[in-house]
Amino acid sequence: MQYMLLIYGNESAMQSRPKEEMGQVMGAYQAYTEAMQQAGVFKEGAPLQPSATATTVRIADGKAQVLDGPYAETKEQLGGYYLIEAPDLDTALAWAGRCPGASHGVVEVRPVWAM
Amino acid sequence: MLRDAEAAVETTLRRSYGKLIAFLTARSGDVAGAEDALSDAFATALVAWRAQGIPENPEAWLLTAARRKHIDTVRRQGTTKAAAAPLALLAEERSAADEPSIPDNRLALMFVCAHPAIDPAVRTPLMLQTILGFDGATIASAFLTSPAAMSQRLVRAKAKIRGARIPFRVPETPELGDRLPPVLNAIYAVFGAGWGDPADAATDSRSLAAEGLWLARLLAALLPEEPEVLGLLALVLFAESRRTARRDTEGRYVPLADQDPTGWDTALIDEAETHLLCASRKGRVGRFQLEAAIQSAHAARRRTERVDWPAIWQLYDHLVALTGSPVAAINRAVAVAEIRGPAEGLSALDAVAADPRVSGYQPYWAARAALLGRAGDVAAAQAAYRHAIALEIDPVVRSFLQQRSAGLTETGL
Repeated sequence: MQYMLLIYGNESAMQSRPKEEMGQVMGAYQAYTEAMQQAGVFKEGAPLQPSATATTVRIADGKAQVLDGPYAETKEQLGGYYLIEAPDLDTALAWAGRCPGASHGVVEVRPVWAM
Repeated sequence: MLRDAEAAVETTLRRSYGKLIAFLTARSGDVAGAEDALSDAFATALVAWRAQGIPENPEAWLLTAARRKHIDTVRRQGTTKAAAAPLALLAEERSAADEPSIPDNRLALMFVCAHPAIDPAVRTPLMLQTILGFDGATIASAFLTSPAAMSQRLVRAKAKIRGARIPFRVPETPELGDRLPPVLNAIYAVFGAGWGDPADAATDSRSLAAEGLWLARLLAALLPEEPEVLGLLALVLFAESRRTARRDTEGRYVPLADQDPTGWDTALIDEAETHLLCASRKGRVGRFQLEAAIQSAHAARRRTERVDWPAIWQLYDHLVALTGSPVAAINRAVAVAEIRGPAEGLSALDAVAADPRVSGYQPYWAARAALLGRAGDVAAAQAAYRHAIALEIDPVVRSFLQQRSAGLTETGL
């Protein structure tokens, strides 16, 4: 079964970090991704560009409404994701807990519909 | 014959419901589907057993019937991928024919109901429904919610178990430490829902306190090596031993301190002591063992005719340190007052008062009122009793508090 790990964190706090610390975070993510690949759970994953680059689209009355900014303005923003293959929720939660993002923000675990 | 069939269905339902649900669900992950299949199977059994007599093994008969219906449903909903599940079920059915007894998956089901991914408010209701077979309306009234809201919560939880694939397994040692407390809390809440309710008749024939005790016994049978499991069972047994002593012959409330120990059920107390001793030998103390030990100290009054307050104080110190619970801190203050007098008890209570949870908690105000009364501050004691009375649901306890408050003026104590 596939699970999506959605990583939320405080973007501005993230961006204002000193370079050295930033490098540590990147290193942690790299190690995490490698561990997932070795365990055979990794399907995909990537960081997202800052939420300032986000645009939302919705169709209202047959017309496309395009708005600048992310869907929800909250203290924490979606900053990246992983798609993993895991036998059950406990395994997916264990991987989510190891994600560096879980220490800085939160990781939402969502089962993916099998189509 | 007609009566016999009904009685046999009823008995099997009571004894085996959770076992059958657990068995079906452990394989499919589909709680709602298993419930539907089992209720169909019970309906079929009623008709078939009337006509053909009661089968030799009613549990196995029902399991076979429920399994067939469950397989049909899974198939009907099935995509190609899901077809693997009914095939596995069918294969098992063939091998299960040789099995004399049905494997017990209830422990795994308890861990599913109290999984950290399940909303804490729905864990106990989920257990009541899946393991004990209570219907949504009965559960809703036990938890003072509307049947519609309760059934919606239950439906959502079952959809999550299936959709997110919460695994049916018993967590192993390192993980068990985190996963067991929610199971214990959920079972204690079943007991508590019945214990707190003076009528405690969820249905005509079932009381929640008795079902909570049954679950605690079941858990102890399934996890006999876990000291906190034994601690929970001991705690529930101690409370149960005093059930009838809580009311006098005229139906008035009797607080623990005024209860006549001869009204306590000594068999239950002895059983509780045995479990508590067994738990303490394992050398891993926990919340339920401490609470049971406090009850044990109270119960010792039946032999010594005195309450061992210093021991109770010490146990509450541990409990407060371990849990940070304001309820434990309130009870600790009462023990302090018994040894050092009401003034020290009151200052211990003042330390808890800052916790926002205590302002709506009846026992806090009742304890405060009693200590103020003993300290001679009648006006403040009466005000505290008014708070306690306003927060109390049980009319019997309310009139007890009213009497205590009125007694203050009479005696000027």
